[in-house]
Amino acid sequence: MWDYSDTVMDHFRNPRNVGKIENPDGSGTVGSLACGDALTLMFKLDENKCITDVKFQTFGCASAIASSSALTEMLAGKTIEEAEKITNKDIAAFLGGLPDQKMHCSVMGREALEMAIHNYKTGETIMKQLDDHIVCTCFGISENEIRRIITENSITNIEEVTNYCKAGGGCGMCQSDIQKIIDQIESDKATTTPPPQSSPNKKLTNLQKIKLIEEVVEREIRPRLQKDGGDIELIDVVGNQVIIAFRGMCAGCQSSGFTKQDFIEAKLREFVNPEISVTEEEK
Amino acid sequence: MKTIYLDNNATTCIAPEVREAMEPFFNERYGNPSSMHFFGGRIGKDIQKARAEIAAFINAAPSEIIFTSCGTESDNMAITGCAAVMGNNAKIITSRVEHPAVLGPCRNLKNKGNQLIELSVDSLGQLDMDGYRAALKGEGNKLVSIMWANNETGVIFPMDELAALAKEAGAIIHTDAVQVAGKIPIDVQKTPVDMLSISGHKIHAPKGIGFLYVRRGTRLRTFMLGGHQENGRRGGTENVPYIVGLAKAVELATENMKAESRQLAYLRNKLEKGLLSSCPDARVNGDTINRLPNTSNISFEFIEGEAILYHVSDLGICASTGSACAAGSLEPSHVIRAMGVPFTAVHGSIRFSLSRYTTEEEIDYVLKKFPPVIQKLRKLSPFSKDSMPPAGM
Repeated sequence: MWDYSDTVMDHFRNPRNVGKIENPDGSGTVGSLACGDALTLMFKLDENKCITDVKFQTFGCASAIASSSALTEMLAGKTIEEAEKITNKDIAAFLGGLPDQKMHCSVMGREALEMAIHNYKTGETIMKQLDDHIVCTCFGISENEIRRIITENSITNIEEVTNYCKAGGGCGMCQSDIQKIIDQIESDKATTTPPPQSSPNKKLTNLQKIKLIEEVVEREIRPRLQKDGGDIELIDVVGNQVIIAFRGMCAGCQSSGFTKQDFIEAKLREFVNPEISVTEEEK
Repeated sequence: MKTIYLDNNATTCIAPEVREAMEPFFNERYGNPSSMHFFGGRIGKDIQKARAEIAAFINAAPSEIIFTSCGTESDNMAITGCAAVMGNNAKIITSRVEHPAVLGPCRNLKNKGNQLIELSVDSLGQLDMDGYRAALKGEGNKLVSIMWANNETGVIFPMDELAALAKEAGAIIHTDAVQVAGKIPIDVQKTPVDMLSISGHKIHAPKGIGFLYVRRGTRLRTFMLGGHQENGRRGGTENVPYIVGLAKAVELATENMKAESRQLAYLRNKLEKGLLSSCPDARVNGDTINRLPNTSNISFEFIEGEAILYHVSDLGICASTGSACAAGSLEPSHVIRAMGVPFTAVHGSIRFSLSRYTTEEEIDYVLKKFPPVIQKLRKLSPFSKDSMPPAGM
């Protein structure tokens, strides 16, 4: 069993402020059934713009429920400005700490709060950051989110990033990208110079792009597949869609739909263009 | 608080008879069977007797039994030992729903030059037999390692057919029989597997003892080098008390298997039917026909398994879950996912596994106490049907 604090177990066993609010002033939802946890947070303000009523509903493990319940207690009576200052570390501290692998529960609380405040301010129900690119496709975690987690919690390794926001904990293909972000933040700290562009996307001509894809296939992808007795053939490139065919052992291999395609896509995104998608040639 | 232990696929209690049989071997009869004196020598006789009894349990010859420390060791020995003999140039055929003790060595061997095929299962957890037949085609060394029954769902694979097909194709076949032992009869003459793994602590013997059956003539590279024990196939002084305990455990299992299986199935079905009728939006995972009599895996939709386990644990009820959170990983059970269970149900899967010591009174207690926990957590969940759709979803 997990080493949960008494406060965590108390909030899990007797969650405070469970439910919904009719016509809330702010409402936010994060997570999904697929992720394994989700939280909906709602609040209502009084005439002094203080949070008078706050309610939550959570799908998740004991610490997810406890983190949500704790957050509602922390929010009661606070102004929006005060609420905005609550971090995931505050939630974890309120609970007397969380196991490392469960820190993402506190992050989920902070995210739902942020979403609810955003909803209060703008009336929108989702926060779209168009310039933000998704690093971990398994859990849909963006680069900005990972940067924030690393900076706020002084994180120095991938494992901690995974504990705090799940990024890198699925297929693991993005772990090298996460490491790059950690390294960059570390070196920024050392030099205190403004951060360089994360992935410079210089505009390539179509021919240049195809050539680059070929190079990456030769250098990064083919050797790995050949080790497993397989091979790959580049069929076509349409915009950012790369059409491939598997040869040798890879052809007809049941796992080719998952790992190999993800691997190829990850490599091409890393070295050519983050927008690239890989599909298998139709037979 | 009473303990209602329904997690017997994880481990079982030591049967009182087993404990009693082991007792003299801790203080009085502690000799080393390899010693050249009466005190050790007579222990050799005890081991010989235990080995014969254990061999009889699966209708094998005593010389075909290698004692190991656990099921994981047996699996590792069978798979890596056999692949080594094949020069690590084998096609290894396994399934996506194996125990990590099989998937671990198989995936490791893939990195050493072997080819690995992981067969899929259908929505009932049954093996892709066409895929299996196709995988067996072709020349070269072939090693099959497929479990007899699944630890999470209890689904039984058609081992007679799997073994026969493997033999026809000239493949070596190993099976992890850890979960079937004591629940369905094992006869290696009728089911022509080459190797078979058993673990003691799943059948009321202690943790720390298991064995690997290796059919005579099956070549295996030794990986525990040292003494001459187990005919030089697994060095290390014999774990005498535990070997004696294991022999007692298989004796008990053989004696009562038929009656016990009937009783287990009766109680399991009562539990399952009761929970399904009192908890809406619940579903059984896996084939309910070809299934171990003691196992039930139920998904409670819209709620998460760890939260269920912690609540029922407060009531003295012990079960397990395929949820990601409880495993300390982010990925839910590979078995449940391989079956294509919908996302709404993956994280809320609970496994109940009964033993010969489970009583009807205990099942009645669970039937009374479990549903209110489900209701309580559903009230908390933003996904329950009585909840309005959350904003932004």
